[in-house]
Amino acid sequence: MKDVRLLAEPFFPGAFVGPFTNAHPGLGGVCTFVGEVRGGDGVEALELSQYEPLTLRGMNELADAALARFDLMGLLILHRVGVMLPGEPIVCVSACARHRRAAIDAVDYAMDHLKSDSWFWKREKRHGEWHWIEPRAEDHADLARWS
Amino acid sequence: MAVRIVFLGKLADLANAPELVLEGPLDWSGLVDRLHGALGEAVAGERVKLALNGEVLPDKTALDARNGDEVALLPPVSGG
Repeated sequence: MKDVRLLAEPFFPGAFVGPFTNAHPGLGGVCTFVGEVRGGDGVEALELSQYEPLTLRGMNELADAALARFDLMGLLILHRVGVMLPGEPIVCVSACARHRRAAIDAVDYAMDHLKSDSWFWKREKRHGEWHWIEPRAEDHADLARWS
Repeated sequence: MAVRIVFLGKLADLANAPELVLEGPLDWSGLVDRLHGALGEAVAGERVKLALNGEVLPDKTALDARNGDEVALLPPVSGG
């Protein structure tokens, strides 16, 4: 099963991962990654914006590519948009598979693509001022691992 | 019905608005002509992509927007 969502409100990953895992009886492993807004460096808030016609479709295409590439039973991709505070979850990717390697690799693959190749624009509020975040070279290097 | 222009990321800051409505038909030079100052320069930059009705154009200068269309101006993504 594929479950891909953009969420505009704070979420509790366990509330999604629990039912997602239960929906795959017979699985051998489930791998889950949760990314949160990092604290420190004066960061007070993070805002992610998206463009509806591209962002959700791109996430669905990414999920389809992961399902085609790895031997999975199911894939869950949740991504926040809007204003978030340090410590709040931004992203949750979870994969169920018969064997662990496919689940672990699928989550790694999905995260590398979400971090560098998805339609999100991000800005950080530091010391009361908003700053747009530019793409990072490391993220592009991570993506190149899969080509 | 006119052409709806949607600004993403820092382009929305430069435009002082998330959207703008322009009378169609609208080609690439017509669009850039109507976006002044730093906004026009940013949009013309080669790293800004353009989507017409949700499809990214391989060549933004081939824009041919009619009334009722939506044009999105997409600066480089910063990732999730």
